[in-house]
Amino acid sequence: MSSLPPVNSPLLSISDLACERDSRVLYQSLNITIEAGDLWHVKGRNGAGKTTFLRQLAGLHPVDEGEISLLNNNARVIYIGHKLGLKEQLTADENLTWLAGLNGSSTQQQRYIALERVGLRGYEESVVAQLSAGQKRRVALARLHLCKADIWLLDEPFTSIDQQGIADEQAWLNKHTLAGGAVLMTSHQDITLAQVKVLDLSHWALQCSTNKHGDII
Amino acid sequence: MIRFILAIIRRDLLLVARQPAEMINPLVFFVLVVALFPLGVSPEASLLSQTAAGVIWVAAMLATLLSLELLFKLDHDDGSLEQLLLAPYPSWTLVLAKVFVHWLVSGLPLILISPLIAMMLFLPSEAVPTLMLSLLLGTPTLSLLGAIGAALVTGVRGGGMLLTLLILPLYVPVIIFGASSVAAASQGMPVDGYMALLSAMFVFALMITPWAAGSALKL
Repeated sequence: MSSLPPVNSPLLSISDLACERDSRVLYQSLNITIEAGDLWHVKGRNGAGKTTFLRQLAGLHPVDEGEISLLNNNARVIYIGHKLGLKEQLTADENLTWLAGLNGSSTQQQRYIALERVGLRGYEESVVAQLSAGQKRRVALARLHLCKADIWLLDEPFTSIDQQGIADEQAWLNKHTLAGGAVLMTSHQDITLAQVKVLDLSHWALQCSTNKHGDII
Repeated sequence: MIRFILAIIRRDLLLVARQPAEMINPLVFFVLVVALFPLGVSPEASLLSQTAAGVIWVAAMLATLLSLELLFKLDHDDGSLEQLLLAPYPSWTLVLAKVFVHWLVSGLPLILISPLIAMMLFLPSEAVPTLMLSLLLGTPTLSLLGAIGAALVTGVRGGGMLLTLLILPLYVPVIIFGASSVAAASQGMPVDGYMALLSAMFVFALMITPWAAGSALKL
């Protein structure tokens, strides 16, 4: 983690970001700067655009209005979404092999250590189809321990994880942000860490919708 | 970048090895169509040897089309396509790797079994090398062109029919020249011109499709 930038140096700047879906404006004029050491808890009711916001940051959803710029070109981003990106027919270790291969390479020892950290010791050679929903999510989260990334974009990382698991995850988030990483995550659960900053998307939502010509409907 | 391509190829081959049905499916379809054809038309050797080239080529095309729909769909549904697109490599490398595996699994077995099929349909034995060569040039072209359609209908529910409509017009020239080359060879005529055209179509598809399908995936 020594390569991570010092705390408080800006990593990502978001200016005037807007999102429109089905001619409904979800949020607009969103301006924030993500700094090293930040832990943002993205909140909002169902359908507020939390997932779309994270996908825009990851570069998976087109940005029609506004700008997202990486201020540090070497900053690496990991996005773990609702769909975990795991192949059911492969084992946990095989899945991690190709996922880690996207950003570099990994040794079997590194992968086993990552799986042990997410509490899946002994499941390395289990086929993912036979794991429970929580265990599958843990396999996906093991990437966070395997690939060194500066910015973590996590969409509902606590879903189907047990209470002890959530506490462990918060400890990793704490460690990552203290080391100069940044996290943006959505969750309907509260995060108990002191450094958490809340980004409530409803603050950037319009009170009434407008059509394409700007008329209030 | 090479390592990225190899990683995808290795993963997809591993997936095929875990589910061999996926690999055997197009092959079984191909053999069935060709085997049923004489039952429906006529088992007469003279008629079959005349129509063999066309039947084999159409069956090969349909077998390719059958397996194309899932080219990107499975990856899209489980979220691994997102992760592949987020990797710091251009998206055409991903298309190239996926198409290569698709051809290896659905195209190559057809070529290997084609001499047997040719014998079943009384294709003159001097035309068999031409048949194999034309399939060797033609099936990767079919896989490549199909990738554009597969990329476009990824994420569309019930995109199979749409894919067929999109891709069939592009397949027509490949079929025409592929089948005519075999017909020409069975009459003892030169096939250099057909092979040159099939090669040209392959090179064209190789140039254009990874880029086009890669852009379509990002939509």
